[in-house]
Amino acid sequence: MLNVPQIRSDFPILATEVYPGVPLIYLDSAASSQKPVQVIEAMDDYYRHTNANVHRGIHRLSEEATNAYEAARAKIARFINAPDPAEVIYVSNTTEGINLVAYSWGRANIQAGDEILLTEMEHHANLVPWQVLAEEKGAVIKYVPFLADGTLDLTAVPALLTERTKIFAFTAVSNVFGTVNPVKQLVKLAHDAGAIALVDAAQAAPRMPLDVQDWDCDFMAFSAHKMCGPTGIGILYGKRALLEAMPPFQAGGDMIRRVTLEGSTWNELPWKFEAGTPAIAEGIGFGAAVDYLNGLGMENVHAHEQFITNYALEALSEVGGLRVIGPPASQRGGVTAFTLEGIHPHDIAELLDKDGIAIRAGHHCAMPLHHKLGINSTARASFYVHTTTEEIDKLVASLHRAKKVFRL
Amino acid sequence: MLDESMYREQIIDLYQNPLNYGHLEDADWTYEEDNPLCGDVIEVDVKLDENGRVADIAWSGDGCAISQASASLLTDAVKGLTLEEVRNFSKEELLEMIGVPLSMARVKCALLSLKVLKAGAYGMPDPKSLHQHIDDEA
Ligand SMILES: Cc1ncc(COP(=O)(O)O)c(C=O)c1O
Repeated sequence: MLNVPQIRSDFPILATEVYPGVPLIYLDSAASSQKPVQVIEAMDDYYRHTNANVHRGIHRLSEEATNAYEAARAKIARFINAPDPAEVIYVSNTTEGINLVAYSWGRANIQAGDEILLTEMEHHANLVPWQVLAEEKGAVIKYVPFLADGTLDLTAVPALLTERTKIFAFTAVSNVFGTVNPVKQLVKLAHDAGAIALVDAAQAAPRMPLDVQDWDCDFMAFSAHKMCGPTGIGILYGKRALLEAMPPFQAGGDMIRRVTLEGSTWNELPWKFEAGTPAIAEGIGFGAAVDYLNGLGMENVHAHEQFITNYALEALSEVGGLRVIGPPASQRGGVTAFTLEGIHPHDIAELLDKDGIAIRAGHHCAMPLHHKLGINSTARASFYVHTTTEEIDKLVASLHRAKKVFRL
Repeated sequence: MLDESMYREQIIDLYQNPLNYGHLEDADWTYEEDNPLCGDVIEVDVKLDENGRVADIAWSGDGCAISQASASLLTDAVKGLTLEEVRNFSKEELLEMIGVPLSMARVKCALLSLKVLKAGAYGMPDPKSLHQHIDDEA
């Protein structure tokens, strides 16, 4: 299990007060996590002692910066059990990772009448890039429906994968329901149908062990900022053969091998997809975040989330009029979206904020999901390594207070 | 410490018992728009009288207490106003009517109904030019 008091002391922001005398209770890690001091210091240290451009200099600092930046890539590769760090491409976030695939692989491989399979629970990041591609190519998008409990209708998947399906792109963990999808099984179904599989791991990477070889996925993307790391960086994992065959996404410096006025040849992986000066400090911070999570142990992180989620679902069930959407704790990560009869999610968030509690209210970039549920928005509390049962108790007390304000 | 100043009695009253809620069968214009932050939608239906003044107005939609209370207050306030006056109805005036302190994000909620009403009003032909046009035809 996690040593939560120890962990809390690693996060400087948890010691701050939102309003005078009101400590922060941060229940919005699914939107962006807080950062431990180890990550903040790694970036600070880089700027103080090592700052220089990477892959360009033969001076001391440039070499050190390059080494640190590439060492972080290797750590991330190990974190997801990628066979080779060259299959780990730095991108700015999950959204850019998915766009890279949709633009580079998609434009080269999708033709009119081809099918793209998604699910109804996707974040807009794994929805809109495919819609743009489908529109451009005259391809067809199909969706795996979700059931009333917020899990995917797995029985529907085989029939939705046809011989025209080129790619099945789905989230490993829903950012609204919290549902943990059976990634390995879904990847296998895609492969059996002759399609490739892309996994949106934005919510999975922060909360559970990832293994791209066990999953056998062809692409996977996630962001550092949801897993203790900085904003502005994420990765796209891709199988070497696919990445080798893909045209570059953006062009410019770093991604070339040789440039003449007549044309250019591309750099090798992973730099072929990394045009221009990258987010160096962020890459190093990302490496520090991976170190931090490895230090806790992803199994332990997952177990803590299960424990807190279990506790939260139980505690929330005591609040009259509150309805949690999504599956039971055993099938979800630390994301809990709910509605409260008679109070709009915005008002819940506003009233909770006065008690120092940060939650998210809205559609969480999953409008089709909410539309299917017949609601515009939900309130979402998400839990992470520093979340305590006392904080959940305060959440529940604050919800009762909100109901009083609304005379419920 | 719970600061409830944003949720005064009047706001909760209007949220739970909205004014002018519903639809108009014979509206001269209907307009709807959403708040991109939350996906909430408000629709406003307006009926003008022969002098081009707001004879009847109704709104519908789902939203937070602030957006709902604001829609009630706004639709009440514009009854009897001319199209021109509706177009010139200021944000400040509406925020003053709501009369509670709002964060920047919530100001958007408060102003959604006004945005919808004005967008509809600007889409309408000017009653004068409309009449002018009819006179010219005659
Ligand atoms: C499931 C899921 N996919 C994709 C994203 C997009 O991540 P980012 O905004 O970092 O690109 C998010 C988070 O916002 C998410 O929860």
